[in-house]
Amino acid sequence: MDKKTVKVNINGADYEVEAGRNVLETCRSVGIEIPHFCYHPDLKVAGSCRMCLVYTGMPARDRATGELLKKEDGSFEIAWMPKPAIACGTNVAENMHIITDSEAVRDCRRSVLEFILLNHPLDCPICDKAGECRLQEYAHAYGREESRYVENKNVKPKKTEVAGKIMLDAERCIQCSRCIRFCNEFIGRSIFGFTKRGSKTEIAVYPEADNDSNYLLNVVDGCPVGALTEKAFRFKMRTWFLKAVDGICAESSAGVNTRVWSREGRIYRITPRENSAVNQTWMSDSGRYVFERFNSENRLSRARIDSSPCELSYAVDRCVEILKLGSVAVVANAWQTLEEQYAAGELAKACGARIFMASHLGEDDGKLVSADRTPNMRGAFLTGLVDSYPGGDLSELAGLVRSGAVKTVLCLRENLRALGFEAKDFKSANIIYCGALENETSASAKVCVPLRSEFEKRGLWVNRQFRVQKFERAVEPPRETIDDLEFLMALLRDFTNASFSIPSVGDVRRVIASKIPQLKDCWNVGPEGLQIDGSAFAEIDFPETDAMHFYKNQHACSKE
Amino acid sequence: MAIIVERKRLSFWERLYLPQIVSGLFITFKNIFKPRVTLEYPDQSPVLPVGYRGAPTLVKDSEGREKCVSCQLCEFVCPSKAIRVTPGEISPDCEYSYIEKAPKDFKIDMLRCIFCGLCQEACPENAIVLQNEFSINGYSRGDFVRHKCDLYAAGGVMPDKIMKWKKVRDNAELGGNR
Repeated sequence: MDKKTVKVNINGADYEVEAGRNVLETCRSVGIEIPHFCYHPDLKVAGSCRMCLVYTGMPARDRATGELLKKEDGSFEIAWMPKPAIACGTNVAENMHIITDSEAVRDCRRSVLEFILLNHPLDCPICDKAGECRLQEYAHAYGREESRYVENKNVKPKKTEVAGKIMLDAERCIQCSRCIRFCNEFIGRSIFGFTKRGSKTEIAVYPEADNDSNYLLNVVDGCPVGALTEKAFRFKMRTWFLKAVDGICAESSAGVNTRVWSREGRIYRITPRENSAVNQTWMSDSGRYVFERFNSENRLSRARIDSSPCELSYAVDRCVEILKLGSVAVVANAWQTLEEQYAAGELAKACGARIFMASHLGEDDGKLVSADRTPNMRGAFLTGLVDSYPGGDLSELAGLVRSGAVKTVLCLRENLRALGFEAKDFKSANIIYCGALENETSASAKVCVPLRSEFEKRGLWVNRQFRVQKFERAVEPPRETIDDLEFLMALLRDFTNASFSIPSVGDVRRVIASKIPQLKDCWNVGPEGLQIDGSAFAEIDFPETDAMHFYKNQHACSKE
Repeated sequence: MAIIVERKRLSFWERLYLPQIVSGLFITFKNIFKPRVTLEYPDQSPVLPVGYRGAPTLVKDSEGREKCVSCQLCEFVCPSKAIRVTPGEISPDCEYSYIEKAPKDFKIDMLRCIFCGLCQEACPENAIVLQNEFSINGYSRGDFVRHKCDLYAAGGVMPDKIMKWKKVRDNAELGGNR
């Protein structure tokens, strides 16, 4: 479909831009940033902050004939609007002229900022938003140096707790109404609202018992100032110390794009990253805390053979010895990256092992938490680990262990005890547990190999839309752990007595690209992901229901 | 390439030797009776100029309130990474709970500190001040790491002209612009 375009003139330069968009987005698309507080690309336009004022004009027409008036040099005679207009609420039109950097526009911005800052408390030193606060940035860029206000500032409630996870400071609020619009439009329920009038206007919470929602923390990201701050992140670390790395949310198969913020190997928070094809700019609250389970003391941090700690290399050698005993089954999982799943498949082929998987289902909220609570089940289909949707437990494998048909189980990350295995099964078979966390399986397994969490490695995941998305390593892994892919490749090499150097993630990606036709471009996935054709799996009954940017049978139809 | 420097031949007067000794001793005796320019450190301590940059300390205001709000700008600006702040929340039963934030711990490693004064310059609350202490010693590396209590003990009280937080409190008590 051809997009309609219009010609506009911004600051004296002509551009051909997409029609039907507002002036703010149009200017952004050509690289001109217009400061704004209340406008948000995924919310309705409110026009309440007045920060994005620009001057606009249209070609003048002769009143008698309706002809466009032209100057002597052939250019249009422009009839400028007498007053500035808000860029977020003005759509571009053919031959519109826009001025975003004149002295008059700068004066507008300076004056708007002066009004906004009149009653702003200026407690940046204690404000968690400092460093990523729009008001701070614009005050530096466009504001006055000193306040002319000599009266006392307005006093508003400073510490209101919202749903136990947000702190609301009404004094810092600049009444942009983004939080109100987000709750009304995305959550579908009014949680915030304005009370009082004029400069006394306050943001307040509806006095209801249940103001909670699993998407409430998005208002914290959306808040252009520090009025809404996250309680879990409150006073933990200043934002300028944190390093952000592109991640993908491991909570469910929705594959929400995230940013993982860490300092010195410790993750402090996870925020959504914009991807207009997956999650817009939102993410679930529960997904923000998935890193906490790896901060815990429950981490499997040393290799063990028969419950006694040992060197990592001994544990790997012991795994190979056990695998050589034969009658092997491999328990793969859908938290593994595409590369690891491929390696697990190759290893299983070499050992003549059958691959078992379990699904982890939960409730689908129709938004960004899908029924499949694993991030990469589609990857298991693509790499051929499974051909039908796996069941919720491994009772079939447990039965094979009991009957003696399977003597060795290489279990990757899954907790076998929670999936149908009993304590006595650990005696009748050699069970190798590889994972990042301690659990009942690691407690009684023959060999334990400490692997890495999804924040300590990089790789590809395929989400419910069959979109390949990559995530990068956010923090350094603990010393005694081994990268999952490296471990599987070492097993494969030693098991087959081959001599190859352990391939990197990129090497494996290229191999996958050459072997799996749908994934032929997976070696070059950008930050926004890569939509692939999932029509080969149209028969499979995936548990996800219709949700944001996702239709149940989307992969069966042509690509959007 | 080596350069051979020709040595100047001494004159007869210079080769006499004794006149040189006498003129040297003359300078010695002349200075014996002049006022001393060296200092008997450590028995005497030097007079430090205003604005001397000694060890950084944390100070309290005239009300005895700790001024630091753990904004961590000093930690950020410190070129030798000597400062480490652990931020914390002021407990709600404290008189100053309306300020919300205070350091849980504040560590300065005096082995790393280079006395540049950037922390003092960056501080938005005037809470960290380089004072007059210049002789810093200890028996282990740990002795050189100063914690919050040491820093406040060394810092004492520094009167504040602005009293920003007191104004905030007074304004809140009066109900502000109502």
